Order: sequence, then structure tokens, then C-alpha cells
Amino acid sequence: MTSPVLRVSGLTKVFGAREREALRLAAEGLGRDEVYRRTQSTLAVHDVSFEVARGELFVVMGLSGSGKSTLVRLLNRLIEPSAGTVEVDGRDLRALDDAELRRVRNQKISMVFQHFALLPHRTVRENAGYALKVRGARVTEQRERADWALETVGLLDRADARPDELSGGMRQRVGLARALAADSEVLLMDEPFSALDPLIRRDMQDLLERLQSELSKTIVFITHDLNEAMRLGDRILMLKDGRTVQLGTGPEIIAAPADAYVADFTSDVDRTRVLTAGDLLREPRLTARLGDAPGDVLRALGAVEANGVYVLDDGRRIAGVARDHLLARAVQEGRAALGPQELVTDFATIAADRPVVEFVHLLGRHPVPLGVVDDDGRLLGVVPRAAVLDALSAVPVTGRRS
Amino acid sequence: MIPHVPLGQWVSDLIDWLLATVPWLFDGISSVMQVLVDGLTDALVSPPPVVWIVVATVLALLLRGPWLALYTLLAFLLVVSLELWVETMQTLALVLVAAVIAAAIGVPLGILAARHRAVSVAVRPVLDFMQTTPVFVYLAPAVFFFGVGVVPGVVATILFAIPPGVRLTELGIRQVDREVVEAAQAFGARPGQVLREVQLPLALPSIMAGVNQVIMLALSMVVTAGLLGAAGLGAVVVRAVTQLDVASGVEGGLAVVLLAIFLDRLTASFGHPTAVSRLLRARTRRAAAGAAGPVVPAPRSEAAAPAEAPASR
Ligand SMILES: Nc1ncnc2c1ncn2[C@@H]1O[C@H](COP(=O)(O)OP(=O)(O)OP(=O)(O)O)[C@@H](O)[C@H]1O
Ligand SMILES: [Mg+2]
Repeated sequence: MTSPVLRVSGLTKVFGAREREALRLAAEGLGRDEVYRRTQSTLAVHDVSFEVARGELFVVMGLSGSGKSTLVRLLNRLIEPSAGTVEVDGRDLRALDDAELRRVRNQKISMVFQHFALLPHRTVRENAGYALKVRGARVTEQRERADWALETVGLLDRADARPDELSGGMRQRVGLARALAADSEVLLMDEPFSALDPLIRRDMQDLLERLQSELSKTIVFITHDLNEAMRLGDRILMLKDGRTVQLGTGPEIIAAPADAYVADFTSDVDRTRVLTAGDLLREPRLTARLGDAPGDVLRALGAVEANGVYVLDDGRRIAGVARDHLLARAVQEGRAALGPQELVTDFATIAADRPVVEFVHLLGRHPVPLGVVDDDGRLLGVVPRAAVLDALSAVPVTGRRS
Repeated sequence: MIPHVPLGQWVSDLIDWLLATVPWLFDGISSVMQVLVDGLTDALVSPPPVVWIVVATVLALLLRGPWLALYTLLAFLLVVSLELWVETMQTLALVLVAAVIAAAIGVPLGILAARHRAVSVAVRPVLDFMQTTPVFVYLAPAVFFFGVGVVPGVVATILFAIPPGVRLTELGIRQVDREVVEAAQAFGARPGQVLREVQLPLALPSIMAGVNQVIMLALSMVVTAGLLGAAGLGAVVVRAVTQLDVASGVEGGLAVVLLAIFLDRLTASFGHPTAVSRLLRARTRRAAAGAAGPVVPAPRSEAAAPAEAPASR
């Protein structure tokens, strides 16, 4: 694996005059409220560490006030950290002087804002080309890059309009174009779609997914909407009162929320669309092979109290299912090895990346659990109905939001 | 008994000391102001009134539109018929010089105050002091430093008119959307670039409201300046009061009001789209729409769909 583009360790921010004292109390493990009560300083972010790989879309999630905006602004030093380091491509941002920092901001890290933050007195094109203007690029180059970026987000025909003539979705496209035109590797996005209505938000998510597949930027994406996080994110960091509570892929978080706070978020998610067959995969308790002795297989079935078993060929592909009564007849008739006449096709399979919603109707209808297979038909594992029901019904024990 | 603190004596001593130590400073300021006011007054009164009346009317038409133009024409004709044209122009010259200098001091100070907390904290009590001190208190030192005539009037006027310039500039810059400033910084803009390209343009309406206030306050000082011997409408009013001449007092006062309304309406348009720029905008938009073909929707109606207004977080 290549080295991470962004490496954050021990990142901490205290707002307020008594920073040292607040840091000490925080290090002792006191929570934000307690730190504030004792020092009148806000522990906005505390001891957050993570790495983001090239081309990864990394999501930071949390409730309002959990420190998301502060965290993302620490990443380009719009807010000065109280402690900890941020490395971009192996360079420590805190070691840079002002001019170097400005160059990094101009060429390596771009930002997209929740309320778009466009210059109202400039045209859409001038806004899109802003990074190049700051860079001192020639006017023709500014224009070229801006037009390319506007075309990429589908807004070239409005290049001469002013931001206030555009709808919210269009304005955020300009915000995105401004970041793309800078041609930086890292994109910081602070709740970029939160101010948009749901339909437009979906459009913008589609656009971002498309851009990501074409341009593969390294993105840190802030949101408070877990569905959005699940949809876009490779990995998700859950933030609570400035601290990390969980870091993992979407399905990991849904399948095993670290605490009630996280579970509270996950309860809002439509798990049947998020969880895939691969997430619920189990090792089958029993499989048989072509050529096994029917008597042995029957005995093993009895031991696990089942009445059917997947029979695999030499390549682990599914040859069929052996039922108990057919096995019993084979034993009576004295056949020594499992062959095609003992097998039935009474089973169903699904690919590992399919969500629950697509296979829930197949569950429990066969003597064997649903089989999960790869592209070549090899059995990867099974999804028992109970496992699906268990995952779907996992509700937080405490702390439900009303 | 609490002993008497000789505060007034201290200030008086300070003035004496300043006059003894840096007399050239006050002489210099004095002659520069005198030259500025005299020069502007000459320019305003030497051509026949009709020249400036036409200029003012056209200016009003371009910046605000036909109604202010009509007002301007009638108001200035009335001033001429009252035989107060020269005095009005003398007052206008004094107001303009004072306002330009006050704005030239106040706006940069406001910018500094907006950018540096310390400046803001230091300047605020001084502004409070300047704004609440009764005008007449300025007059005695002004006369000491600059003698009688138009200069002490201008100086007192400047001191009086600076605070709103500072305040509204600082406020305007502080009110600029933080995210937009952050955006400029996030793309690597230098502090000077942020100021020039983001903060000042976005604070312009507020700064211009400050300039408007500066001008209005300067105008309100002209009668006071008349007390110090500055020629103009102030002198007319002062003379009327001392001679109990109600008729010329009313006429002088009316001329001040007419001038005030003209200046206020004219400068209130600063920082907002003027009649001309509105016209130009509409035309370029139509041209752009025409070039893009007939499918382009009507410009205003589809602006900023309300459904996408920022949702509360
Ligand atoms: N400049 C500041 N000075 C003092 N406190 C601040 C400052 N900025 C943020 N905070 C505090 O830090 C905490 C985290 O704020 P932050 O804006 O990062 O949260 P957030 O997760 O982005 O919330 P939201 O979803 O509302 O945007 C909050 O308690 C906030 O009050
Ligand atoms: Mg935020």
C-alpha cells in the first residue's frame, strides 16, 4: 500500500484562554463539559488520529457541536491546533511558515463549504478560477482551468452569471468547481450538501461519486447524515464531544456500533440497503464433497441437527444439495459415494456485494441457508436467516433520540 | 473635602506646551486646509450658478434617477433666488473638505480596528469621547491652535465626523460572512488579498453608509463653524441670531436643510447599484441571454430557488 496522503495524530483544539490547563484535564480523561466547567475553555477536538489513503473518501460524522468543522479546519490550519500533528504527503503542516502554508492551501488542499462561501461580487467563472488568481496564473490559464472545472460540474453555460442568480445546488457546484480547478490532491468538504434539499442533495452525491471515480481525489467529507456517509464513504470516523468513538467502514459500524451514541445514528439507517451478503457471511457449519460416503454425511447432518447440506466439487463450486432422506435411501441401496442422483437443486445463492433488500425474500425457503458465491460460483459462505434478522433488529439499548 | 483636581489646567498647559513646541505643525495644517477650502470655494463660485446646478442635476439623475434630479434643480434654483448661492457654495466647500479628510482618516482606522483587536479596544473609548463631547468644547482649543476663520471650523468638523466613519467601517468588515473570508484563506490568499478582494468589497455598503454619516455630521457642524468666523450659511445664521433677524435666519436655515437633503440622498446611493449600473447590468444580461439563444429562462424569476435556502442544522 502507498503511504497515506493525510496523516493526523493526536490532533487537539481548545478554544479559550486557559488552554494548557484544559489540555491537562483532557489528558486526564475529563469530558468536554467538565473541562469547560473548570476552565471556561471548550475542548472542541481531542486526541483524534487517523490516516487517509490516496483516493479514499473518508467521512467524519457526529452530531452538531461534536467538533467536525473544527477538525476539518485543523487539517488546513485555518484553525491553529493546540496539540497534535497534521501531515500532508509526509510534510508536517505545523512546521510550515506562512508563505509555505499558503502554497500548500493553494495547491495541495482545497475546501468546499457548507454555505458555499462564494464571492458574491464575482462571476461564476471568476469564482471557479479563484485559486489560480491567488496563484498569480495568467488570465488565459485562469479562464481555461475555470471553464474546465465548470464543465466538469455541468455549469459552463452559467459561467457569466453571479452567484446570487443561481440556485443552491448550482452554487455548490461552483464551490466544487473552485476546488477542482485548483487541481489539489486533497479535498476538504464541510457538510457540503447539508444546506440543500433532499433531491438536489442526491444529485450532488451522484456528481461527487462520478467525480471521485474519474478524478480519484483524496477526500475528507463531513456530514451528520449517516445515509450520506454510508453511500459515499469508504471509512467513517464517528466523533462525539470532540473525541473519536469509532472508526470503520459503514457496514462494520452498523453491524457493531461501539456505543449507544453510534447505535443511535445507525438506528436511522435503512440497514437493508447498507448491509450486504458479504457483511453477514458465516462459515457453513457443514459441507460435503462429491464422492463422500453418504453414511458419513448423514451422520454429520444428524450431529448438527440439519436436514440438508451443500455438496461441493473439487473447485469448491456448488454441485447441489444433499437431503437427509435421499442420503438415507443411498445408504439403504448401498451406494458408496455421493453422486448426482443424491443431489437436488433446492437452494439459492447471491453475490457478496448485494444488499439485504435484494435477497431477504430468499431466506428460509430452502433446507440449506442462502449461499454466498463469487463470480465463478464458488461458495464463500452462507447467510442464515437468523443472522439477517439479528443484524436488522439490533437496536441501541439506551440513549435513543426521540 | 475632596481637593480640586486641576484637570482643565492640565489640558490648558498641554495646549500651551504643544503650541510652544510644534508651532510649525499647526501652521502647516492651517495653511493646507485654508488652501483646500479656498480653492474649492473658488471653483464653486466663480462660474455662473447654472453650471454647477446643471452638473448637480445630471449627477443626481445618473446616481439616483429623475426624482432626485428634479429636487436638485428646484432646490438650487430656490437657493439662488434667496441670494444665498455664494454662502451655500462656501458651506459645501467646507463640508466636502472636512468630509473627505474625515473619511480618509476614519475608513483606514476602521479597517485597522477590524483587523486588530488591540486597535479596536484602544480606539473605541476615544471615539466615544469624540462623539459625546459637546461640540463647543472642541471650539476653544481649535481656536487656540488655528486662530479664527474657516480652519478651526474644518478641524472641529473633522473631529466630530470621524467616529461614524471608523465605526461603520469596522462593523462592515466584521460583518462579512466568515465562511467567505475562510474560503479566500483556504485557497491561499494573503491577508492583504483577503482584505482587498473580499472584506472591503463586501463591506462597501456599510463603509459608504459611514461616509454618508460623515457628510451629514459635517453639515450639521456648519452653523457652529460660523461661530468661529467661517464664511457661509453658518455665518448667515449666526448673524441672524445676533441681530434677531428672523427672516434671514429662516432663509439661511432652509438653505442648510436643502443642501443636507441633496447630499444625503446622493451619497446614500454609494455602495448600492446606481441607476446607471442597474441599466448596464440589465443590458449585458439581455445581450448574454440573446447570445445563448431563446432557451435561457427569464433572469430574475429563477434566481435562488427558495426550496434550497440553507436548512437549519
Ligand atoms: N471559534 C470558537 N470559539 C469558541 N468555541 C468554538 C469556536 N468554534 C467552535 N467552538 C466550539 O467547539 C465545539 C465544536 O464546534 P464545531 O463547529 O466544530 O462543531 P460541528 O460538529 O461542526 O457542529 P455543527 O454540526 O453544528 O456544524 C462547539 O462546542 C463549539 O461551540
Ligand atoms: Mg460544522
